Amino acid sequence: MSAVASSAVEIPPAWTLPYRGKVAMASLIIAESAIFTIFVVAYLFYLGKSLTGPTPREVLETPIFFTICLLSSSITVHFASKSLERNNRATFLALWSLTIILGGLFLFGTGIEWHRLIYEHGLKISTNLFGTTYYSLVGLHAFHVSAGLIMLTIVLIFGLAGQVHEDQFRRVGVLALYWHFVDAVWVVVFTVVYIVGR
Amino acid sequence: MSSDAITIPALQIQEKPWVDLLHEWVTTVDHKRLGILYIVYALVFLVFGGIEALIIRVQLMHSHNNFVSPQVFNRMFTMHGTTMIFFVVMPVLFGFANYLVPLMIGARDMAFPRLNAFSFWLSAFGGLLLYFSFLGGSGLYGAGSAPDVGWWAYAPLTARAFSPGHSSDYWTLALLVSGFGSIGTSINIIATILCLRCPGMKLNRMPLLAWLNLVMAGMVLIAITPLSAAQIMLLIDRYLGGHFFDAQAGGSAVLWMHFFWIFGHPEVYILVIPAFAFLSEIVPVFSRKPIFGYPVMVAATICIAFVSLSVWAHHMFTVGMNSYANSFFAITTMAVGIPTGIKIFNWIGTMWGGRILFKVPMLFCLGFLFQFLIAGLTGIMQAAAPFDWQLSLSYFVVAHFHYVIVGGILFALFGAFYYWCPKMTGRMLSERLGRWHFWLFVIGFHMTFDVMHIPGLLGMPRRIYTYEPGRGWDTLNLIVSIGAFIQAIAILVFVWNLISSYFKGAKAGNDPWDAWTLEWSTSSPPPPYNFATIPVVASRRPLWDLKHPEDPDSLYE
Ligand code: HEM
Ligand SMILES: [Cu+2]
Repeated sequence: MSAVASSAVEIPPAWTLPYRGKVAMASLIIAESAIFTIFVVAYLFYLGKSLTGPTPREVLETPIFFTICLLSSSITVHFASKSLERNNRATFLALWSLTIILGGLFLFGTGIEWHRLIYEHGLKISTNLFGTTYYSLVGLHAFHVSAGLIMLTIVLIFGLAGQVHEDQFRRVGVLALYWHFVDAVWVVVFTVVYIVGR
Repeated sequence: MSSDAITIPALQIQEKPWVDLLHEWVTTVDHKRLGILYIVYALVFLVFGGIEALIIRVQLMHSHNNFVSPQVFNRMFTMHGTTMIFFVVMPVLFGFANYLVPLMIGARDMAFPRLNAFSFWLSAFGGLLLYFSFLGGSGLYGAGSAPDVGWWAYAPLTARAFSPGHSSDYWTLALLVSGFGSIGTSINIIATILCLRCPGMKLNRMPLLAWLNLVMAGMVLIAITPLSAAQIMLLIDRYLGGHFFDAQAGGSAVLWMHFFWIFGHPEVYILVIPAFAFLSEIVPVFSRKPIFGYPVMVAATICIAFVSLSVWAHHMFTVGMNSYANSFFAITTMAVGIPTGIKIFNWIGTMWGGRILFKVPMLFCLGFLFQFLIAGLTGIMQAAAPFDWQLSLSYFVVAHFHYVIVGGILFALFGAFYYWCPKMTGRMLSERLGRWHFWLFVIGFHMTFDVMHIPGLLGMPRRIYTYEPGRGWDTLNLIVSIGAFIQAIAILVFVWNLISSYFKGAKAGNDPWDAWTLEWSTSSPPPPYNFATIPVVASRRPLWDLKHPEDPDSLYE
């Protein structure tokens, strides 16, 4: 018995609603975007307001190679989830691992850059406003990359254990969505820090 | 027609050992239980916040009073504001949303039950952190101290130099953690509403309560997060030696103000939109008419949500912005009044020509309408930047926002308690005690907050510890304080009503108000699975259709 069905109820022919995972991830992305916006605003607002050096122009180098790594990982993760949908598990695992490697490379690049800034230029988070805003913004992004990498790796482990099947493609797609977001944020951070900010 | 046939009555109660009961409640992922946990948790904090308010009012009762020390006074107003906003009104609204939204849209639970529990416990932990500061605020060095930087925690008060010890850290972490809880719950509300509606429940058939909570949750996503971001920055400043808000190193205290109010103003609409939601369900039922102007109501809410994102600097007229910024924020602030006015018009339109039943839930809604209108008008007064230079940071502002939060939001909440408690506990709240509660509260409220406008206009600044005699403030402040105690008594009546009716209130039955939305088709309290079979709906008032098969709404919509 349908509970509240009454005389006039026509059961709608196809009652499909959006997938909750996707809606939730989209909501999370909106929330995260607001957080990043505030950090970006702070970065832009404090450009050129540091009372002491070093300045961005003096010390920053554009990380082109690592940026290419991160951006191409968006492509690999996309095709990875597509191949899972087509039940092509080997391709899925290969592309998925490649995504993790590319993401890891990017993080490694951030590490090198920070090492250089700290040990060669003496720029720390407490040095000046540039240091504070730079490490916070780039660090917040790197934190999201790390979180993404951990989740990607968990899926990889399950995949290698043979536990990821094509009927889970929607869940994997949710993670891929998050990864796209992390990449998109980098485009903004890159523009702000390395192009506008110098 | 009785709706008993609709669900299997809940399997009631074999006695269980209390440890098992406790374990069940602590590990629960059921949206109804989590809803009740949110509500009970908020009521506990309401008592804390209320005691702090009374301490403030005793201190200000007459000039040159020494009831508490200035340091304690600062802690009291800081803790009072923080508690009431973040640990009373937010959780109680989330509690009602949690409890009602799945029932109203014909779902068996929220979209992510475990995330739901996680979010609740995050918020609960945030509240404990805040209050732990009384003990741990000075670290391990001795007597504790709670935060005393005001609920906006303006820089540089929060800098290490001015706020040694850990009290500001507890404040920051408490809000950060409970903010994450709010974001989790909001994601859950959005996913539930968009993905779990029962067949036939199109968006334009959804109860307004669900609609308004959807908008509220969307606002949480974009408005609470700036606060979280600012809190992270503050932590970076305090722990890693950053300079975001450190004027010595070129940082800006005004930036914190912007970040805080980018959160702060939308926050007040996050609080009031669920109150609108309660009204939109209660007023039609007690006017025996469907809501007037449903689509306009939805549109006005969305409009309010957008406009309220661009008004934040009306809290900063006295900071010294240029005249373009002042005009912009004055105009946008006044513009918010338009969609808000539309809503008031719609509720009155709903009552117009209706057969109004003056039961306690409806009394509180009428109180809301009257008081919210006045509060909106004092809001418009402050929106005029030049006039606000006079009013800002005075007791007029305090009177304005308490008029909205107490006279509006709290009244709507009390209405919601009287309306939905029968569903939650299966027992009616006493109508007689309810009337006592209502009238005592109305009297106390107006004594306190009507009168409070006057010392504000006379120039009494907010947050002062004490004042000189002979300025004409003494009598007014005494009246304000007496009103506060009358409100406290009214709250005690309310709590007594909750407790006594829980044990010996009249049985509510499924549908005590002859209402029209799906939650009333379940038993009271509803079974854990809510609906034995998922309902199918064909109009905005599914129970009306069921009760009046000869004249269902679905023919007209
Ligand atoms: C909808 C419910 C509302 C709530 C919950 C609310 C709440 C508040 C709060 C909490 C404050 C003071 C914050 C503080 O200084 O600590 C405030 C101030 C203010 N409100 Fe409202 N308000 C509401 C509606 C309005 C409306 C409709 C307007 C104007 C149309 C308005 C205009 C203002 C202005 C201009 C101030 C700043 C006054 C000053 O600090 O000088 N408010 N409100
Ligand atoms: Cu405001």
